[in-house]
Amino acid sequence: MLYDTLIGPFIEFEFMRRALAGVVALSLAGAPIGVFLMLRRMSLVGDAMAHAILPGAAIGFLVSGLNLFAMTFGGLIAGFAVAILSGVVARTTELKEDASLATFYLVSLALGVTIVSMRGTNIDLLHVLFGNILALDDQTLLVIAFNATVTLLAMAVIYRPLVIECVDPLFLRTVSRAGAPTHLVFLALVVINLVNGFHALGTLLSVGLMILPAGVARFWSRDISGMIAVAVASAMLSGYAGLVLSYVTRVPSGPAIILVAAGLYVASVLFGNVGGLVRRLFPGRHLEA
Amino acid sequence: MTAQLTFKDVTLGYDRHPAVHHLSGEVAPGALLAVVGPNGAGKSTLFRGLVGLLRPLAGEIHIGKLRARDIAYLPQSADVDRSFPISVFDFAATGLWRSTGLLGGIGRKSQANVLAALAAVGLNGFERRAIGTLSGGQMQRLLFARVLLQDARVIVLDEPFNAIDAKTSADLLGLVKHWHAEGRTVLAALHDMDLVRAHFPETVLLAREPVAWGATAEVLTAENLLAARRMCEAFDDTAVPCATEHRPARAA
Repeated sequence: MLYDTLIGPFIEFEFMRRALAGVVALSLAGAPIGVFLMLRRMSLVGDAMAHAILPGAAIGFLVSGLNLFAMTFGGLIAGFAVAILSGVVARTTELKEDASLATFYLVSLALGVTIVSMRGTNIDLLHVLFGNILALDDQTLLVIAFNATVTLLAMAVIYRPLVIECVDPLFLRTVSRAGAPTHLVFLALVVINLVNGFHALGTLLSVGLMILPAGVARFWSRDISGMIAVAVASAMLSGYAGLVLSYVTRVPSGPAIILVAAGLYVASVLFGNVGGLVRRLFPGRHLEA
Repeated sequence: MTAQLTFKDVTLGYDRHPAVHHLSGEVAPGALLAVVGPNGAGKSTLFRGLVGLLRPLAGEIHIGKLRARDIAYLPQSADVDRSFPISVFDFAATGLWRSTGLLGGIGRKSQANVLAALAAVGLNGFERRAIGTLSGGQMQRLLFARVLLQDARVIVLDEPFNAIDAKTSADLLGLVKHWHAEGRTVLAALHDMDLVRAHFPETVLLAREPVAWGATAEVLTAENLLAARRMCEAFDDTAVPCATEHRPARAA
C-alpha cells in the first residue's frame, strides 16, 4: 500500500531513518552552496573539487583504513589545499580561477594516484567513490550534522558580501576588504560540504546534491532567497524519494537520490515557470505594457 | 584651505608602463572637478589609483583623513553581473554597506532612504524588478542611486554620461550638482566639453601627462586641447626606465 511504500520503511528500519536524517542535513547545507556555485558559474568547479578530495580521502584510507576521521581529515586537507592555492593564484596573477583550479586538482589527483600505487595495495575505494548512505553510524551522522551546522552559520555571516561579490565584485573591493576572505570561506564551505557528502553519496556523487537542486531552483524563482528555498526543498525531496525508490527497486541508494534529482531537473527544464521550455513555446499573448 | 586629496608626482600604470605620468596637484574639499582628455589619456587609471584599486608606480596619493571606503566610485563600465537574481531595491541597498557592514540590519529608516534614493534617480516603481530587466540608462540611474546611498564625502564618477540619453544625463547631472551643493567633493571624467564648461568650475586636462589643471576656462583653451591631442597614446614596449626623479610639476 501507499503507506507501506512511503512511510513504512522509515518506521520499520533504523538505517532508513538515519539515511533520511543524513540526507536532510546534507540538503540543508549543500543546496544553498550549490545555488551560489551555479550563480557564480562555478558548477564544474564543484566537480573539480570533488576530484581533488578523492586522493586525500584515499590517503586517509591507506593510513588508517575505513576510519571516519582519517578520511574526512584527508579529504579536507586535499580540498582546502587545492581551493586555497587556486584562489590565491587567481587573485594574485593573471591566471583565471578555472585554469588555476584545473591545474591544482589535476596535480592533486595525479599525486593521490601516485601515492596509492606506490603502496601497491588493492584498495576497495568503492565506498569512497559512491558512498553508502544506508550504513551511516552515529559518529558519521554527527559529523554530517556538525558540518551542516557550521556551513549554515558561516553562510549567514558571509551571505551579504557573497551576494555583492557575485553581482558587482569591483564595488565590493572599493567599499570593503571582505571580498577575498569571503571567497576563501565560500571555497572552504564547498570543500566541507563535498567531504560531508562523500560518506553518504561518495566523492563523485556528493556534488550532485549541491548542483542539481540549484539547477532546479533556477527554473522556479527569480529571486536569490526563493532559489535557495526551492533548492533546499528539492534536495530534501530527492533524498527522500531516492531512498524510497532504492528501497522499492533495490537500486543503490546514492545513485537513486541523484537520479530522482535529475528527474526533478528535467521536469523543471520542461515545466518551470521561469524560462521553462513549455512556458517559452506557449508564452501566451504579449502584454500591453 | 587644506587640500582633501593630494597627488604628489604620481605615476600610475600597468606593467611598469605609465598611463598617468608625473601628476601633481591638489583637490580642495567640496571641489567639482572635471577630468578631461582623449581616450587613453589615463583618466580611468587616475581614478583607479585614487580609490585604491591600483598602486602607484611612483609618487604618492594622499587622501588625508579619509579612508578608501569614504570615496564612492562609479567605474566606467560597471562590472555588474546583470543576470544575477537580485532586485533593484536590494542592489541599491548594497550602497548602505558602510553603515550596515557584514551583519547590520536595514531598518525602517534605511529602507526609507533606499526608496528615497531610487525616487531621486527616477526609479520609483522599479523596486521589485530584477536588475536584469533594466535598460542601460535605468541601470546607470540605479548605480547613481547606490552612490547616493553611499553618502560619501568624495565621489568619483568615470564617464558617467556615456551612452546615456539627454534626459537621463540631465537628471543625473542634477544629482551631481546637488552633491556639489552639499559640499561633497566630486571628480568626474567627461568628454562633453560644453557640459564641462557649463557646469564644472575646475578642470584637469590629462594626456598621459598633465597638460593643465585649474579654472575650467583657462584649462580648456584651443592650444591646450591641441597639445593634449598631439600627446599620442604612446605605449612603447622598448621604453627605457623614466629618468626623471622630480620633474617640476607642469600643472599645479
